[in-house]
Amino acid sequence: MSQALRTAEGGRIDRANPLGFSFDGRSYRGFAGDTLASALLANGVHLLARSFKYHRPRGLLTAGSDEPNALVELARDAARCTPNLRATQIELYEGLRARSQNRTPSLAFDLGAVNDRLAPLLPAGFYYKTFMWPKAAWKRLYEPSIRAMAGLGRAPTRPDPDRYAQRYAHCDVLVVGSGPAGLAAALAAAESGARVILCDEQAAFGGTLLAEDEARIEGGSAEAFRAASLATLAAAPRVRLLARTTAFGYFPHNMVGLAERITDHLAAPDPRLPRERLWQVRAREVVLATGAHERPLVFPENDRPGIMLAEAARVYLTRYGVRPGTRAVLATAHDGAYRTALALHRAGVEIAAIADLRGTAGGAWPAAARDAGLPVRLSTTILGTTGRRRVARVDLARLDADGRCGVVEPVPCDLLLMSGGFTPSVHLFSQSRGRLRFDDTLQAYLPDTPAERTHVAGACRGLVALADVLADGYAAGAAAAQAAGCNRAPSARPFPVTARESPAGGMLGALPGNRPGARAFVDFQNDVTAKDLALATREGFRSIEHIKRYTTTGMATDQGKSSNMNALGIVADALGSPIPAIGLTTFRMPYTPTSFGIFAGAARGDLFEPLRMTPMHAQAAALGAVFEDVGQWKRARYFPRAGEDMAAAVARECRAVRSACGLFDASTLGKIEIVGPDAATFLERLYVNAWHRLPSGRCRYGLLLREDGFIFDDGVIGRLATDRFHVTTTTGGIGRVLAMMEDYRQTEWPELDVWLTATTEQWAVLALQGPRAKDILAPLVEAVDLAAMTHMSLAEGRIAGVPLRLFRVSFTGEMGFEVNVPASAGAAVWEALMAAGAACGLTPYGTEAMHVLRAEKGYLVIGQDTDGTVSPDDAGLGRMVARGKPDFIGKRALEAMAARPAGGRQHLVGLLSETPAQVLEEGAQIVAETDGARLGHVTSAYYSPTLGRAIALAMVRDGRARLGERLRVALPEAPAREGHAVRVVAPVFYDPEGARLDG
Amino acid sequence: MQRFSAWTLLREAFGGHRGWRPQWRAPEPKPAYDAVIIGGGGHGLATAYYLASEHGLRNIAVLERGWLGGGNTGRNTTIIRSNYLFDESAALYDHSVKLWEGLSQALNYNVMFSQRGVMLLAHTLHDVHSAKRHIHANRLNGVDNEWLTPAQAKAFCPPLNIAANMRYPVLGAALQRRGGVARHDAVAWGFARAADALGVDIIQNCAVTAIRRDASGAVSAVETTRGDIRTRKIGVAAAGHTSLVMAMAGVRMPLESYPLQALVSEPVKPVFPCVVMSNTVHAYISQSDKGELVIGAGTDAYPSYSQRGGLQVNMHTLDAICELFPAFRRLRMLRNWGGIVDVTPDRSPIIARTAVPGLYVNCGWGTGGFKATPGAAHLFAWTMAQDAPHPINAPFTIERFRDGRLIDENAAAAVVH
Amino acid sequence: MLLIHCPWCGPRAEIEFSYAGPAQLRRDGALEDLLYLRDNPKGRHEERWRHAHGCGQFFATARDTVSDFFLPPPVAKP
Repeated sequence: MSQALRTAEGGRIDRANPLGFSFDGRSYRGFAGDTLASALLANGVHLLARSFKYHRPRGLLTAGSDEPNALVELARDAARCTPNLRATQIELYEGLRARSQNRTPSLAFDLGAVNDRLAPLLPAGFYYKTFMWPKAAWKRLYEPSIRAMAGLGRAPTRPDPDRYAQRYAHCDVLVVGSGPAGLAAALAAAESGARVILCDEQAAFGGTLLAEDEARIEGGSAEAFRAASLATLAAAPRVRLLARTTAFGYFPHNMVGLAERITDHLAAPDPRLPRERLWQVRAREVVLATGAHERPLVFPENDRPGIMLAEAARVYLTRYGVRPGTRAVLATAHDGAYRTALALHRAGVEIAAIADLRGTAGGAWPAAARDAGLPVRLSTTILGTTGRRRVARVDLARLDADGRCGVVEPVPCDLLLMSGGFTPSVHLFSQSRGRLRFDDTLQAYLPDTPAERTHVAGACRGLVALADVLADGYAAGAAAAQAAGCNRAPSARPFPVTARESPAGGMLGALPGNRPGARAFVDFQNDVTAKDLALATREGFRSIEHIKRYTTTGMATDQGKSSNMNALGIVADALGSPIPAIGLTTFRMPYTPTSFGIFAGAARGDLFEPLRMTPMHAQAAALGAVFEDVGQWKRARYFPRAGEDMAAAVARECRAVRSACGLFDASTLGKIEIVGPDAATFLERLYVNAWHRLPSGRCRYGLLLREDGFIFDDGVIGRLATDRFHVTTTTGGIGRVLAMMEDYRQTEWPELDVWLTATTEQWAVLALQGPRAKDILAPLVEAVDLAAMTHMSLAEGRIAGVPLRLFRVSFTGEMGFEVNVPASAGAAVWEALMAAGAACGLTPYGTEAMHVLRAEKGYLVIGQDTDGTVSPDDAGLGRMVARGKPDFIGKRALEAMAARPAGGRQHLVGLLSETPAQVLEEGAQIVAETDGARLGHVTSAYYSPTLGRAIALAMVRDGRARLGERLRVALPEAPAREGHAVRVVAPVFYDPEGARLDG
Repeated sequence: MQRFSAWTLLREAFGGHRGWRPQWRAPEPKPAYDAVIIGGGGHGLATAYYLASEHGLRNIAVLERGWLGGGNTGRNTTIIRSNYLFDESAALYDHSVKLWEGLSQALNYNVMFSQRGVMLLAHTLHDVHSAKRHIHANRLNGVDNEWLTPAQAKAFCPPLNIAANMRYPVLGAALQRRGGVARHDAVAWGFARAADALGVDIIQNCAVTAIRRDASGAVSAVETTRGDIRTRKIGVAAAGHTSLVMAMAGVRMPLESYPLQALVSEPVKPVFPCVVMSNTVHAYISQSDKGELVIGAGTDAYPSYSQRGGLQVNMHTLDAICELFPAFRRLRMLRNWGGIVDVTPDRSPIIARTAVPGLYVNCGWGTGGFKATPGAAHLFAWTMAQDAPHPINAPFTIERFRDGRLIDENAAAAVVH
Repeated sequence: MLLIHCPWCGPRAEIEFSYAGPAQLRRDGALEDLLYLRDNPKGRHEERWRHAHGCGQFFATARDTVSDFFLPPPVAKP
């Protein structure tokens, strides 16, 4: 199809570079530099989409990121599908494939349009008033039907193969928007010596200058000024220019989020490039030069394809060389439409009428239009339009002095342009919590008091004349640079501009002469009409926030850019209140929709969170270990041999430990070195236990509470010297424990001479557990008297040629050692131990066997057997609390607990199923046999190969008073009292005397 | 009250919808009420409704500083479930779910309660353990909750990534089928309309500036920006701002107020049939009736009344969403917002009398207050009317912090060993 | 993301810090005050932060909980 509506010349497109693309499977041609919107317009395609609720045919309303109608799906390939993209922002590339949305089966014939026929039944909020009877039909009929109609585009169904990048940046001055104000601001800031970032959402810098074909700046064309300014900025070493980059959010303390689109405009992107990049810019000063958006007019049937904003039409013509129609009517309350009319007229578009709502139009542009012989009709409103898939006729009517409509005058046309004036784009200013004020003259909200270090320039603060905007931008840029500490004053630049007087005018709200039954759209995408807004006010909704939520006005994907001010005008009118009294809905991040991908960035797969592996990870992997996630760590869970399932592997590992020896990687345990003359005092005040009298070379199990008296963490602590302790914590607890210790050291007890060093990653820890442990270790260690090492002792020496801290400790109940060596030597020492132990059956075991072994001994695991509501006494550890100490963390809370009536608390006990092989489910509930009363839950449950039966630990109410009692463990499907029968026993199942610890 | 039905809608359609009347009045405050509710969110409005409908107390006012439902009622992700661990919590939230099930009919306002199922993912053995403990406890409490294998979870929620090589693979899920979502604004409006019909005065743009107490210490009046109002009963339902309101009566609360953010995507065709939550990777997601994916982020680390939070919190949330649902990476964030939640030390609410006679408080819901709206308000109304707690909310006192009777859902669920 | 002034390292992004609760909680006061009751002010809030991913130091500062801007003067004791 030819580009019949392309002008012979002009525009910023590259006519030497034609591109093929398709829309809904049909092929078209455009040029490099086109957007999908301009290219479709050049091909005479106006019907681009269907609206959300009524499925009304829609075309382009705008030429920018405020487009509410023309949303399409772009599909590069099966996995790279993106819904809801604005045709006005999509840069054309060779082979681009776009598809329309929200229609079945086709854009031209959409079954959903039946809603349009039913519209009288579907006013704002209709769904709150019906679908309630019969009750059961909501779930089965009504809701599924409503949901089936929901949504615009289709969500992608395959994982997105593209990458997204993130970076931080700092600058003195961030300038948002590169129109005349932004360019001037960047020039001034750069000249002041500031580090500047200038960003713009469009592919080309320049904003309105890109379509400025008349004004002359500094004696040259606007384009010459733009090019020269950009050349200056590009050459400045401290200036970064970011095109295709939307400032989407203004966050506290002058941080602005930018979304840079890197590959979407390319036909064949370099696969090494990320698709988009998130910039988190911390700016000393921010200049907002975000411009203004043109407003539609609200009149009946103002939504047909072929009805667009006047300035948008001028942009299509001047920037893209596209005539958006052949016979145009302009409806306006603003002089800008006259400028568009003149431009279209020059390009050969017939101007059928310029209908101005105002009684007078005395500005320079109306005068020029009259001089050109264009048919201007003052005091004229629009009563409606016709045309199914494209506007075909406009019904005009004159307004008399009292605002009454005269006879209808139908005017045939294929293009209807409207201008209700401009709304300053104060989104980012408002996001930053800057205060707005309503300007009665401009009928607009303007920035008033900034909350952050923000400067606002140009149209964003209501300025119109190009000379004013340039000067304002320059002054804002200079002021921002100065405020950022850049003291070099920029040279004076008066920016002489030759231009016609700037367009003025505008209106908010609905046009007079609304006919009964006709719908005048306010929020185009969501199909909210002026009547819907009036209905909401009749139903008692007064706050604009309520009206927004009840009617959904302003909640479409343009976030109300095209609709909010008109909605305010209509509501103010209906309630008879001034606009500022109605309120203004809050501006929300993001300014325009922003890909989830850039927020997630590189956090995917293994990079989703740091992956922590122990120094012996490779050894475990080589042995076929199955790993589990514990916090960020990967821990070996068990080591299956050929043909073994988990149970078999764990049983073998357990038997090996009990009968010979096992090797366990305990490196993930948290470790802190506490050093200083007051180290023992420090521990004394933290832990419930006593530390002063612990001799050097000895270890003790330490229990740490929170101030509320509940168990926080635990671990073995060894005293290396009078002033030096090696503290271990749980794997998951190290961060909180160290933070807690630092807190007390720095803020509660600054007088203590002690310091803390996190050493978790410094040490590889190999737990050698079992009766043969000493035999295996003996040939490898130097300078350690193994024979002299009793249970809970420690020694320093060497092993396999590297420094060693050896702990004689056991978490299995067997004689055991924890071999601590420098992390770098962990793998070698593991190999050395495995070699040395091969003869006596040394077997690597994982966390699962570790759990079984420790449960057999009744050793609790913080976070599994305790849950943050367990006191030392509850856990059976009450005897550890050194009651004579003057203070420790949680002491006062324990005293308060002790003062309360006894009874009712849960205790850690053991459970034995009456069916010995029955392994209970962890988390299962325990009930009384008699009355089914709930008593607690199973915290740990395993099959014990050593005992040949299942064992469990549990928290049971008054458990220690129930030893020997028979209880039930509830089953999912059966009545509670028919659950597994269990006996309450002491929580030590194996070697209760601890004889095996001594080997 | 003008009845809502398909029939009235049809009738009005023929009249150009001219006949719809205000859903509630906009009365001037009277000089005195039998009871005053501070806070016109879902909880406050529902409390007034139940006071009027079940306890015959009709000379009451709801005072709202801004607009109805403008606080957390209108800012949450609308998840409704009752699969809490402790007996006390399960009873409270299930009381609420049962009321949700008949709420549209009771209020004659479609609150669009959609029991699409709430699925909590387990990613580690610790999660599995915790989920199982919840399931077992819930079943004993008559609360539905069932374990799903990864394949069953995927069948229930097709976009879910259950690949074994994920950083935190899905090991299973706990599903409460009765859980779901509702239309948040409709809850506030439905209760407002029904309460108004029973004579309750709903007064917006009316900030309470002081609470007066008589010589006995009992409450006697509130001072507001619209004049003083005498009353002997004050119910505080001012989520986020509870500490400030209670301070007016000299009561110090075990609360801190934190920013909580949420976001929605652009609307897309139905793609997400349920609610999915993951505590390990921090994600909460469902799809609204309109087609937007509704995603809850976490709270910021510091207390604040700013109603906004850091970008990094949203980034963390969307990391998790994109990891669990890798096809959503190209979807786009449409709107992000923040609320203020008040958080108790044990993450369980307070619905109770206070030490000040005539002063009652319903607060401390943290991130989960919406789901409790009808249930909590029902119990709060009981407590205010009887001047004694209902058995279900009896454990949820302020004094539990002094007496060590915490209901610590947080500590019970979140500790990782 | 807040910009937080560490007294030792200067201004740094919030993600380097961890919030550490209200300042001036007294371990020797009433247990209930230490553990549970909070002023939770709307406005000036004296609070502690730790430069956890920096120098590791705790410090106290004041912040306006409505604007989230940090307020002078600095608070003495952490």
